[in-house]
Formats: sequence, C-alpha cells, structure tokens
Amino acid sequence: MAISEAATGQSVASRRDVIGRSFSLGPLVLTLPALLLLVLLFVLPLGRLFALSFEGGSLDWYGKALTGGLYTTILLRTFEIAAIVTLCCLVIGYPVAFLLATTTPMWRAIGFAFVMLPLWTSVLVRTYAWMVLLGRNGIINRVLIDSGMMETPLPMLNSKMAVVLGMVHVMLPFMILPIYSAVTRIDPDLPKAARGLGASATRVLTTIYLPMTLRGIVAGVTLVFVVSLGFYITPALLGGGKVLMFAMVIEQQVREFLAWNFAGALSVILLAVTLFVFWLLNQGVARHLGD
Amino acid sequence: MSFGAPRGAGQSGHLHIEGASKSFGDVVALADVSLSVSAGEFVTILGPSGSGKTTLLKVIAGFEAADAGRIMLDGSDVTDLDPARRNIGMVFQNYALFPHMSVARNVAYPLVMRGVGRAEIARKVAAALEMVELDGMAQRLPRQLSGGQQQRVALARATVFQPRLLLLDEPFGALDRKLREQMQLEVRRLQRRLGLTTLFITHDQEEALIMSDRIAVMDKGRLQQVGRPHEIYEAPASPFIADFIGESNIFTGVVEAGLDVPVRVRLERGPTIEVGGVGNLRPSAGQRVRVMVRPERFVDLGSNPGAGVVNRIDGSITESAYIGVSDKYRISTPDGLDVLVRLPSGPSRRRYQAGEQIAAGFHAADARLIEVQ
Repeated sequence: MAISEAATGQSVASRRDVIGRSFSLGPLVLTLPALLLLVLLFVLPLGRLFALSFEGGSLDWYGKALTGGLYTTILLRTFEIAAIVTLCCLVIGYPVAFLLATTTPMWRAIGFAFVMLPLWTSVLVRTYAWMVLLGRNGIINRVLIDSGMMETPLPMLNSKMAVVLGMVHVMLPFMILPIYSAVTRIDPDLPKAARGLGASATRVLTTIYLPMTLRGIVAGVTLVFVVSLGFYITPALLGGGKVLMFAMVIEQQVREFLAWNFAGALSVILLAVTLFVFWLLNQGVARHLGD
Repeated sequence: MSFGAPRGAGQSGHLHIEGASKSFGDVVALADVSLSVSAGEFVTILGPSGSGKTTLLKVIAGFEAADAGRIMLDGSDVTDLDPARRNIGMVFQNYALFPHMSVARNVAYPLVMRGVGRAEIARKVAAALEMVELDGMAQRLPRQLSGGQQQRVALARATVFQPRLLLLDEPFGALDRKLREQMQLEVRRLQRRLGLTTLFITHDQEEALIMSDRIAVMDKGRLQQVGRPHEIYEAPASPFIADFIGESNIFTGVVEAGLDVPVRVRLERGPTIEVGGVGNLRPSAGQRVRVMVRPERFVDLGSNPGAGVVNRIDGSITESAYIGVSDKYRISTPDGLDVLVRLPSGPSRRRYQAGEQIAAGFHAADARLIEVQ
C-alpha cells in the first residue's frame, strides 16, 4: 500500500504548490519580455479593434455582419473548409503519426524529416508551388495532356479543392506532432496485452490506441481547426478570389473600404466563434476523460 | 477467500516446447530450449536477467517469433498462431492494465473480445473480482489502486476467460516483501483451484523454491536443469546452479578413491572429505572434482559431539553476522580454504566472535559432487 500512497496525485500537487509559491517572482521576470511584446503588439491592437467595433456605442456593425446573409454565409463556408481540412489532416495524419511512433529509429528520423521539411519552408513558397502544380499550364495538366489522357486542361486552381489541398499541406504537421507524442506515451505492453487477451489488430486500434490517443487527437484537431478558421494567404492565392474565407473579408474591408469599424466587428465575431469552438472541444474531452 | 468453481474433467493445458531458438543479431536469447509442462502443473523458469527467460515467455505467448522450434499446446502446433487466438492468459511485469478502462472493463476485455454475452460477462467479471477479493473496486480506474490490487486485477483479467495456459512474467517484482509473500501464496492457491497450467518467470530463487512444482533453471539462453525444487537445491547440476540457488560452498579437490560411495576427495586447500551425494557421477581416482556443501548443513563440533559427522573443518572465524534464524560465519582454515557456515542461533547456542577458533563438521551425505573435470 506504500506504493499507492507515494503515487497519489495529492502529495505531488501540494508539493508543486509550494514550489510555485516560493518562486513566484522568477517566472514573472523571465516571461516579462514575452508578456510586454504580447501586450504591445497583440492585446492593445486587439482592444483597439474591439473598441472600434463598438464606436459610438452602437451595435450597428454587428447588425450588418450578422444579418443579410452574406457574411454569415462566408462564416459558414470558412467553418466548412476548416472542418474538411481538419478531417483530411486527421485521416492522413493519424497513420503517419502512428507509423513514426512505432517504427525503427532510422525510419522515424527519415519520416520526421519529411514531416518537418515543409514546416521549415515559407507558406508563400509552398502555396506558389501548388500553383505551379495545379495551374492551367501546370505540371499535372501538362502530364495529363502530353500523355493523351486529357484533351483540355483540368480546372484545378481557383477552387475549393485547391484551397483545401494547400491548407492540408500546411496544417498536416500540426496534426501529426500531438498525435505522435500521444502514441509514444502508450506503454508498448498494452497493445501486446490486448492481443494476448484475444483482440484483433483492428480491435487493438479501436479499444487501445484510439481512446488512449484521444488527447493528442483533440489537441491536433483543435490546433488545425482553429488555425484554419483564420487562414488567409493560402485561400487567397489558391482560391483566386473565388473561395472567400472570413479572414479575406476582414482584410478586404480594411484595405479596400477602410471600414475599420466593420472590420473590427468581423474580427471580434471570428475571435468569439473561434474561442467558442476551442472551449467546446476542450469541454468534450474533459467530459469524456472524466477530469 | 472464495474461489470460482474448479474446472471440470475436460481440463487441458499441456504445453510442449520443442527446440525453441531465437537470436537478436549476435545475441543468442534462446538456444534449443525444450520443455514439457503437464496440465495443471506450476513450472518456474528461473534465471538471472538476460538469461532468455522473458524471450521464452514472449515466444510462447506469440509476441516474438522463434527462429526455430515448435510450441505445442494440447497437442496442436501454435508456433505460427496469432497471439489473439492462442488462448493464453498473461500477467505482465508491470501488469499492463488498460489505464483508460475501469477494473471491471479491464477484466471484461478478454470476454468482450470473444463475443461473450452481456449477462455472462457481468457474471464472470463479478466472480473473477470476488475471487481476487476486489468486489468493491469494479468501477475504479487502475491508477486508483495500490500495486497489490493492480496485480490482482491483472490476475483476474488473465484467468477470467479460462485460458489453456497462464504466463506470469516476474509479477511480484514491484511489491514489497510482505505483500510479495502474500501474493505468492494466493497465486499458488488460485492456480491450484483453477487447475491452470502455469509458467512463472522469476530471477528470485527463493520465490521459485516456494511456489513451483518444478523449476527450470535458465542461463545464457539454455535450460541448465529442470527438476523439483528440492532436487535443484540439493543436487544442482552445475556450479552455476549451485551458486545461483541459495548459498553454497564449492570446494575443488582430487579424488583419492572413487569406486565406492562415499567418494573420498582430497581438497585442494584443506582436508580429505567423504562425499556421499554423487548422483550418477562415478569419478575415478586422480580426477579433479567440485563438491558443494550448503552452509546450513554444518554443525558446530565444539558444542555438539556430532554423531556420524565424518567431515571436519578447523579454522578461525573471519566474519560473523547475526541473521536472526541463524548465525552466519566465514571461516578461514590454515590452508587458506574459505568456508561459509550457518549455525542455528538462540540463547542455548554459543555465538562465536571474529578471531575465535571453530571446528565445523558435516555429514558425507550433505556433500554433493557437482562437477567432474
């Protein structure tokens, strides 16, 4: 019974409290530069934007954004695209993360290089690369036509598909990394025990791996979904103005119409919705995992 | 403590390992291991770490494929069978309980995987938990249990589906001494009650002696000796086993007369002794041999005339330790022989201090010939 007493969370938690209290000034000093930067460059402008959206004490800008259907439609489409991107990242990313976590060290290093390399390349460069691939005279169409499989080029660019493709490419590492880390935390004896107790490989996946990597899945889903909601460059370039996402509308209001108040209202709406989704996903996990 | 109903006459679980071999690169983990375990028998694989015992268990369970050899269960070859279909219960060293499932769901797992009906699962899980005295813990998560309780859950989970064979991989390593001794007895009682053929892995020789019907001593990937606990202890087949199991004095000497038992052996650094335990070794005069004498077989000739004690060692005490049940002495003879001796302790016995002279003796039958060179 001594083991259980030593391992109870309570004593560990209380010790952490003691440390936290006695060194409370240290972390504050250490995070001061980051804190200052955040306040100056993020909190202040955001507050300013927030204030602008309520300028004159009226809710007119919010009324304009939420009625008439145009902006809510774009908001819904933004959600739809973010959801599709998230789902694609999950379906593609989970097996990759699983493989990386369970393969030999050599293959893990090679796999990681492939996952991380795009991450170290500029989003702009990667988006242009997709344009080179998908364009009317792009590599894919050239191959299709030259090989005689197509008469006329396939219209691939400036479509939702192109936007999703580009976004999935950008976001994939953010799905793979948290899931990878969740899989590596699973004791390798657990799947073995499950096999020995009569579980097929599929049942091991559904009863051991999936539930035990749920936190990683939710972390990846949250990250990809929330970041996707605010995507700008990729949909702007690969959608060619045909696929409008919410961030593009905000930018348009500022750049073309100098409608700062309205842009502020749209920004606040996007932020509020994003935070709500974030909260919802976390609530779901907390309830499921019982803590 | 109450147990589930014993298994019926159709009891099965005969395990036969035939020439199992396995190498990892240059490291030989299993070298031509053959072993037969009868239905209902409790056999311990005993060996130091790195002796290959865990590899053997993994090969039997199907988590590791042997390079050569066959594993037979109840007469059918399971060498290439999927581990999920072998019907073998296993308790892992760290228990391997599923941390995201309650105790009840952990125990139900093998039944769910076998498509057993809901009502029957509930009944069997309740019976299994009662058997390991965890009735009230069904809804707890593994991390809310103590080490001993986790162990019981693992045991319930490994037996609830009436496997043909139970494998225990050093399951008591993480428990403190008292709890370990209690679990040893409980596991053995449970195993007898269920009539489960059991293969138990440990590096703890005392545990092996207490629990086993038979012990298979393993070293460097080979089975060194297989036998009942007292055979292994009294008649070890090699100096390694004599040294690994219990304490031992191993003397080197030359045979003076080997035709009759007891054999007379002149120790390299010491007197000539009579050796009664020869097994089927028949050394001839002039051969070098090794003789084992357990420390607790010595008697104190100073306080006890020692009727029938033919072998005598005179020396001075270099170390003396009080163990409780006995006094432990290291004796050095004038010839330079180092002897470990355990004498019964107590108020009626004399306690020697370091530096004192002692005469210790042992019967010819307590000397065992373990190697002829």
